[in-house]
Amino acid sequence: MGVKVSMKVNGKPASAEVEERTLLVTFIRETLRLTGTHVGCDTAQCGACTVSMNGKAVKSCSILAMQAEGADITTIEGVAKADGTLHPMQAAFKEHHGLQCGFCTPGMVMNAIDFAKSHPNPSEQEIREALEGNLCRCTGYHNIVKAIGAGARAMAGK
Amino acid sequence: MNAPLIGARIARKEDYRFLTGAGQYTDDVTLPNQSYAIFVRSPHAHAKIKKISTEKAKKSSGVLGVFTGEDVAAAKLGGLPCGWLITDVNGQPMKEPPYPVLAQGKVRFVGERVAVVVAETLAQARDAAEKVEVDYEALPAVVDGRKAMAKGAPQLHEIAPNNTCYVWQIGDKGAVDAAFAKAAHVTKLDFINNRLVPNAIEPRAANGHYSRADDSYTLYVASQNPHVERLLMTAFVMGLPEHKVRVVAGDVGGGFGSKIYLYAEDVAVTWASKQVNRPVKWTADRSESYTSDAHGRDHHTVAELALDKDGKFLAMRVKTTANVGAYLSTFASCIPTILYATLLAGQYTTPLIHCEVTAVFTNTSPVDAYRGAGRPEATYVVERLVETAAREIKMDPAELRRKNFIRQFPYQTPVALLYDTGNYDATLDAAMKMADVSGFGKRKEESKKKGKLRGLGYACYIEACGIAPSAVAGSLGARAGLFEAGEIRVHPTGSVTVFTGSHSHGQGHETTFAQVVADRLGMPVENVDIVHGDTSKILFGMGTYGSRSIAVGGTAIVKALDKIIAKGKKIAAHLMEAAEGDVEYDKGVYQVKGTDKKKMFGEVAFAAYVPHNYPHDKLEPGLNENAFYDPSNFTFPAGSYVCEVEVDPETGKVAIDKWVAVDDFGKIINPMIVEGQVHGGLAQGIGQALTENTVYDASGQLTTGSFMDYAIPRATDIPNFQVDTRETPCTHNPLGVKGCGEAGAIGAPAALMNAITDALGVKDMPMPASPQNVWAALNSKKAA
Amino acid sequence: MHAFKYHRPSSVDAAASLAKGDAKLLAGGQSLVQAMKLRLASPTDIIDLGTLKELQGIKSDGKSVTIGAMTRHAEVAHSADVKKAIPALAALAGIIGDRQVRSMGTIGGSLANNDPAADYPAAVLALNATITTNRGKHEADKFFKGLYETALKDGEIITSVTFQAPKRAAYMKFKNPASRFAIVGVFVADFGGSVRVGVTGAGPCAFRQADMEKALSGKFAPESVASVKQKKEGLNTDLHASAEYRAHLVTVMAKRAVEAALK
Repeated sequence: MGVKVSMKVNGKPASAEVEERTLLVTFIRETLRLTGTHVGCDTAQCGACTVSMNGKAVKSCSILAMQAEGADITTIEGVAKADGTLHPMQAAFKEHHGLQCGFCTPGMVMNAIDFAKSHPNPSEQEIREALEGNLCRCTGYHNIVKAIGAGARAMAGK
Repeated sequence: MNAPLIGARIARKEDYRFLTGAGQYTDDVTLPNQSYAIFVRSPHAHAKIKKISTEKAKKSSGVLGVFTGEDVAAAKLGGLPCGWLITDVNGQPMKEPPYPVLAQGKVRFVGERVAVVVAETLAQARDAAEKVEVDYEALPAVVDGRKAMAKGAPQLHEIAPNNTCYVWQIGDKGAVDAAFAKAAHVTKLDFINNRLVPNAIEPRAANGHYSRADDSYTLYVASQNPHVERLLMTAFVMGLPEHKVRVVAGDVGGGFGSKIYLYAEDVAVTWASKQVNRPVKWTADRSESYTSDAHGRDHHTVAELALDKDGKFLAMRVKTTANVGAYLSTFASCIPTILYATLLAGQYTTPLIHCEVTAVFTNTSPVDAYRGAGRPEATYVVERLVETAAREIKMDPAELRRKNFIRQFPYQTPVALLYDTGNYDATLDAAMKMADVSGFGKRKEESKKKGKLRGLGYACYIEACGIAPSAVAGSLGARAGLFEAGEIRVHPTGSVTVFTGSHSHGQGHETTFAQVVADRLGMPVENVDIVHGDTSKILFGMGTYGSRSIAVGGTAIVKALDKIIAKGKKIAAHLMEAAEGDVEYDKGVYQVKGTDKKKMFGEVAFAAYVPHNYPHDKLEPGLNENAFYDPSNFTFPAGSYVCEVEVDPETGKVAIDKWVAVDDFGKIINPMIVEGQVHGGLAQGIGQALTENTVYDASGQLTTGSFMDYAIPRATDIPNFQVDTRETPCTHNPLGVKGCGEAGAIGAPAALMNAITDALGVKDMPMPASPQNVWAALNSKKAA
Repeated sequence: MHAFKYHRPSSVDAAASLAKGDAKLLAGGQSLVQAMKLRLASPTDIIDLGTLKELQGIKSDGKSVTIGAMTRHAEVAHSADVKKAIPALAALAGIIGDRQVRSMGTIGGSLANNDPAADYPAAVLALNATITTNRGKHEADKFFKGLYETALKDGEIITSVTFQAPKRAAYMKFKNPASRFAIVGVFVADFGGSVRVGVTGAGPCAFRQADMEKALSGKFAPESVASVKQKKEGLNTDLHASAEYRAHLVTVMAKRAVEAALK
């Protein structure tokens, strides 16, 4: 019943024998014990499980681990610099109080980083639309929107 | 170093761990030998359980145990207790049917726990749960509170005839009726305050761990109040001494009320961990959250306001049916009574108020406190009535409010509360200016040219926070105290660890409380750490709800600080060879009055732990103090919200164009965090009015059981907020603080529905103002 | 989800030979994995098409655009070829689900699943698309058979979809407040005198709106459809939209789509 799955996670090779029905998020959380990626729903709506797969933000709760064979995965644990310095998007969330309970935050940040790559100076409306797949119950999105704008500009060196 | 920290926008200390994935939420805790639980839940809203067969499930791969209602009954586990006794109009106690951990012979709502399966892996537990065979005999169900009281309705509990838990009242009915009889105008509304699912993004989770080594239990749980959880679980359900149970609520991903209560799952995994002698973890799926988390609101209300010919409010008469669901959740009984009817004066001098509340059992998930808890319902009654009255008597709604504002404080309302302070004109004036209310007419014209309907609405809310004076709460039926505890531990080199009973699950206590302490001790916030959420570390705690953390928990910390500073003064006096009475203290410096002799706080702390030169005859060494604080009154945050909407009449879609919130929370420690609390509250209030609704079909199936059907607001639903504050400090706590956590959710629904009904030109319409509902309201207006 | 056997075939033919009984083809997985998690679908075998290069890519010859079945929604949305030939199709792909879903979800998966509220079916009908499979070709008008039902036979795998480039077109979607799927989505395409209107979300599966097509073929203007009523009989009813409301929205969305197409 076990199958081998291998991928690169946060720059390091990761492989394990898993049940075929293992979701990518389960592989990340349970097998690799990278618990920063969260599960907030079972219908792919909340986005708390968002990770980067081959450079694109995806919902790891809707992907089988086997689908990620050979992929390059980045989770929230792999975003800050090795010395612990926050990524500009993480720093912007902190500066603009874009998080409260912190549960949706990893998914928000992972989606925002991907979004910012193609939107170096996004408008408020663009940011709100980009958050269609991420639910937050604490912040009313207000400061998340501000943080993503500032983070995107910081990533673009503006 | 001595720049004031109170009032400073300091970035949060807790953010780094959340931003880097290092938070430790309950599901992140995996213990050695971890096992996993899945609950078998009732698919019926109302049914007899004829037989449960667990043999196949027990033989399923990896299964460690399968437990049913029979097992918990044999183990003599008690039912889940209700923490508040309401006494009815006849002086009788409310009806309290047992709320078993696992169903006993009957199920009363979809999602009720029938059995729990424990297995080596989560997938195995889930596979085995499908093999538990339950033979049900379905019974007719009732989901609507009013229908549940009707003759012939299905009966849920033998001890509660007509499904009635209690009929309760407040106020002088005779005097109110007399005032209505002579009123120049009466405004009447009949509406539903919709049922909501709190939906913290972190689903509930619990991980119970029994240790044979010392016969003790540890429960990791997503809870807003670990000590209350422990108290209820040990004393009322499991019959265990508290010192044998440790409850840890580490990082918790939002609560909004839903994580206050003792839930059956928490008890079941704790108990089961001893049965299988393994740690047992359960984490809710979102689908489970929808049926098994306590819901919020669900009132049907008929409300009337009597006015004289000049628009002065003479009296208010309110009759509410509160649907409490199938069982009484932990604080279910006090929400539609004590936290609701006492707020019906709002910001106004209405001299006479009567409210009657009937609490009713139905075949639905239990209903309890959800952000605001009673106060949004009260504000909705008051502010929809006031706005509607203004329209009916053709008076400007702001003018009508001003005509009736309370301006003399303290003010005793006719519904028990004593408001200590407030300035309602200040927040309304500021909000109207920020919202450019005078330009509304022009904007309405512009919308009309585009074929859109524009409306403006106000809500001037008040809330009672800082819950609560224990003696008052006790006299009203509370079965627990409502104080808070704090402890300050100064380390030898002067840094500080603070232990608080206030739990933080998004509120930012680790920063706000550190600011309070660091400010008083004259040190950077980095030198102060806040510890919460672990019964083995914290003295005691009543937890976080009712916007009480800073007002009650913060004050307990200040009281402990006072003791630290006082002891430090004795030490400093000794070190400086001065009389204690001559030593002054300010922000970390002890100074002998009128001299330049001083000792820094750090030096004093060091002396306390290295007491070579120390007044051993008068003082113990060390510098560690604790305090309990029981407030003398509630606090009364208040504010004014102005909202402007533009409605697309072709689709019924409402766009919020403008939102202004001016709140009075008294003194503010960290404005950035306070604004965040307001934003979040507003979004939940907007959710109630615009998108959210919990719908059961007639058979009691939950139609809105996932994010696919239950719409919590997304970023595109929410406007950019303009928020500001005005400050009248609370008069009875040392920080002058009132609390800010619920305000937005309290004021927003009324403001938004006032704006929408203004835009549509209708007297009322049901929440949520979904596109379909708005379109229907416009159609029925056309037809009328 | 229930246990299953996972396959990663190296060719479409190999995939087809595995696709029998209760096996399921896995494209992007944005619907199927969800259904399996909720145990609404419990296939015995999963055949992952993710590595099949032959199912990927976008080609355009100016008159038509051919999109490989495993092309992700985000790729269609950002494709210069699609934006040039059929900007309305790129725009439609850019508002499917959310951006994370668009990075995984595929056109082939969406069409084979035929969710009543999916966006692509409206475009397939309005743009007179041809659905190519390992067995042959399907005309758009004969592809959607009912609720989650298509003309695909067991073992038949969509390989690509070819859309005809119209003179002008637009898609208007009214979203479900909760799921954000289409309550009603209307795609109008003007092929110069002949107009096709595809409607999704409203019925058990996407359909063409003949009365609107006729009115718009006469004159391609918003007022042509503003008074064309959609019959409510046979339309979906749920919590968020009654059949009557959906019928009303079909007209409103059609009118707005025409307005957008003319911009």
